[in-house]
Amino acid sequence: MIRFERVSVTYPGADRPVLRDVELVVPEGELALVVGRTGAGKSTLLGAVNGLVPHFTGGLLTGRVTVDGRDTRTSRPRDLADVVGVVGQDPLAGFVTDTVEEELAYGMEQLALPPAVMRKRVEETLDLLGLAELRHAALRELSGGQQQRVALGAVLTCHPRVLVLDEPTSALDPTAAEGVLAAITRLVHDLGVTVLMAEHRLERVLHYADRLVQLRGDGTVVSGDPARVLATGGLAPPVVELGRAAGWDPLPLSVRDARRGAADLRVRLGTTAPRQTRRVRQGAPALVARGVTVRFGDLVAVREVDLDLHAGDVCALMGRNGAGKSTLLWAVQGSLRRTAGSVDVGGADPGELPPAAARARVGLVPQTPADLLYLDTVGRELAQADRESDRPSGTADALLARLLPGVDHSTHPRDLSEGQRLALVLAVQLVAGPAVVLLDEPTRGLDYEAKTRLAAVLRDLADDGRAVVVSTHDVEFVALACDRVVVLADGDVVADGPTVEVVLASPTFAPQVAKVLSPQPWLTAQDVASALALPGSGVERP
Amino acid sequence: MSGAALPRALHPVAWWVWALGMAAVASSTTNPLLLGVLLAVVGYVVVARRGDAPWARSFRTYLLLGLVVVAIRVVFNALLGAGSDGHVFVVLPQVGLPSWAAGIELGGPVTAEDVLAAVYDGLRLAVLLCCVGAANTLANPKRALRSLPAALYELGVAVVVALTVAPQLVESVQRVRRARRLRGASGKGVRSVRAIAVPVLEDALARSLLLAASMDARGYGRSTDVPVLRRRATSALLLAGLLALCVGTYGLLDGTAPAAMGPAGTATGLALSAAGLRLGGRRVRRTSHRPDPWRRPEWVVAGTGVLCAAAILVVAARDPLLLHPSLDPLRWPPLPVLPLLVVVAGVLPAWAAPPPWRAPTPARPRSVAVRQEVAA
Repeated sequence: MIRFERVSVTYPGADRPVLRDVELVVPEGELALVVGRTGAGKSTLLGAVNGLVPHFTGGLLTGRVTVDGRDTRTSRPRDLADVVGVVGQDPLAGFVTDTVEEELAYGMEQLALPPAVMRKRVEETLDLLGLAELRHAALRELSGGQQQRVALGAVLTCHPRVLVLDEPTSALDPTAAEGVLAAITRLVHDLGVTVLMAEHRLERVLHYADRLVQLRGDGTVVSGDPARVLATGGLAPPVVELGRAAGWDPLPLSVRDARRGAADLRVRLGTTAPRQTRRVRQGAPALVARGVTVRFGDLVAVREVDLDLHAGDVCALMGRNGAGKSTLLWAVQGSLRRTAGSVDVGGADPGELPPAAARARVGLVPQTPADLLYLDTVGRELAQADRESDRPSGTADALLARLLPGVDHSTHPRDLSEGQRLALVLAVQLVAGPAVVLLDEPTRGLDYEAKTRLAAVLRDLADDGRAVVVSTHDVEFVALACDRVVVLADGDVVADGPTVEVVLASPTFAPQVAKVLSPQPWLTAQDVASALALPGSGVERP
Repeated sequence: MSGAALPRALHPVAWWVWALGMAAVASSTTNPLLLGVLLAVVGYVVVARRGDAPWARSFRTYLLLGLVVVAIRVVFNALLGAGSDGHVFVVLPQVGLPSWAAGIELGGPVTAEDVLAAVYDGLRLAVLLCCVGAANTLANPKRALRSLPAALYELGVAVVVALTVAPQLVESVQRVRRARRLRGASGKGVRSVRAIAVPVLEDALARSLLLAASMDARGYGRSTDVPVLRRRATSALLLAGLLALCVGTYGLLDGTAPAAMGPAGTATGLALSAAGLRLGGRRVRRTSHRPDPWRRPEWVVAGTGVLCAAAILVVAARDPLLLHPSLDPLRWPPLPVLPLLVVVAGVLPAWAAPPPWRAPTPARPRSVAVRQEVAA
């Protein structure tokens, strides 16, 4: 169905190709998963399928890409609209109309289908994706998961034979992501649609995949049976890491696979308990928030939240989209006016301080870190950060080097990878020397390696005596990085406690390793691996 | 009258024709009583037949805007227009202007005639505005754009996209301004303009690229390519048509223009535009999901507008003074029967149009929360 023949892609100004001599065949009806580090060329590979690369993006494509027998050299993306449907990361950015029904019909209108056919297909698609009640709803008012399902439906109405999905669940909470992925697998099973999907969080999708397309980072591609490709190394979800640590063959791809071999592993682990490096600290908190309330008109976004943050703690803030996580972070930082409540950081309320003084107490890295950057090179941003906080020049530079070495100072901030940009903004915020650091959804768009790095950085910051809060949907990251979890729902705190307790108590929030090894309280494959490497030494530490 | 009509949205073009007809009536009179009745008529139709969409709540804005227009008109007239004879109302302190501004007088005596003339004139403008506002309130602006001729489809899409992007841009500015505070800046002042503009513009650019890619991938612009000659002919026809329409409208609305200018210009303009649109529309192959039907209520509503406008033109031609009450001597303006009937007839759509269709509202507090959180 999709065929790449010796395809190389070079963007203008680049000194080496993003894709090199790619040979790839995805047969009809398969779900192929594209994995690779950030910047390895996933988006380029996906874009080449319907000709957006190079028709829309520019660049030089050599070789041949054919979809359903049509060559992208002669067919423009718009000519392939009836064969290939594309869904991106941010559904809202791709919406052309403003209500669900009109959006579903848009593609068909372009294809000039008769109105009777359109009405029928709209109804079918509404049912297929469970959107029937939302048919007249405004797209902007839908939740992220609903928006993504509409985006999926909007391409499905044209009955494409190929679906190209570029990280369709990256902005969604675990439950909404499940909903979207379930819809996608149903399409593969029921309609025989061929799917090519990129996804960072392999743990969500790997068990659905028929084929794994791995980008090696040098432009080459390996494709084949998922278990076999993963056995050769590369990025892998926790359950595969666990399988590697336990030496299972074949590697388990899903929690269900792994659980069948888990009894044996649980015996091997025996009474060994995970090292208790995570603990909720006692003593005088670095930040005390009492009765924090934020209302927008009738809507209470955050309702009387009490929160103590201790120096040395990495705390996760979880909850579904719209639960009030971002609002709480902004309200605690003081840049968002609270309706009621107080925050005390070192004897002062950051909400009542001028911005410059507030950020010296509480630093916040917003969801779109690029909002803070406005100069044209990394070097100038760093110098500006030093000036803003009256620090000797080079302070920010040193911080950045510690967080992420090797960022080129002459790069434009826009050209950095997600991870690099996050590190830059974090460095800029740390220059002010805040005792409390808040990060809003920092894991979006990060691959496993970048996430592991981020976890280490946060641990470092906490060990330096800062209190760190991370809002995130990523349970695996929480398992890796956080000591404590606070769960928000509808603006209320519904759970607050050590990671192990909170995360193990709920199937939604449990990381893969915990699901496999339950009832034993293991959270990450690394913990298991180190326990297995040193049998008997996993003694509980206070 | 189709009183038992099923709830549905009336064709937007029908609302626009009616509203423009009402606007034509408003523009042909300065009689405050007639204008008042007209405003009541338009307001009644709006209240009776508006939906529950965001734009349906905008009529009040137009009313306020109308008040502002009247106020501005009066203030300027009082300040600048002094000097005529009549009943002096109040004497403003006169400001001596330098010699090069001779002929302009600031301040001085203000006569009741002056003020009243300004009120009448301002009122006419205000009611005109409200008529346009009524159309905007009653007709979904996006659906109105969709009923544009096929040749103007691209234009319509551009406007729809702009309408969608504008609120996003506002959100983006708010977001970045708040983010500026995180870096210790106040978010005010000239220096912060760059710090706000750069991320906002980069964001907007990135968004528009994403949108363009999405539209391309979904088949936008699949229509067959057009030969250059045909494209140029289309543009020429459309431009000439618009120009003629402008001239025609001017002729119709300005009483001092030659009598033939209005109808002739309008007719030529319409013919040229129609030809241009037809030529341009031939290349487009596209269908519409749920096209708005044009049935009897549409005929009645649009017809009401056209007939009212035509009737008032006839009245104006027969007795111009009837519609423009004299201010000398000062007296209560008359309420002529024939124009009054014409104006009142404009209320017909309040019953002729089917009741507005309202979307059954699914539970949506949570989704609002998402939006608020993003906007916050």
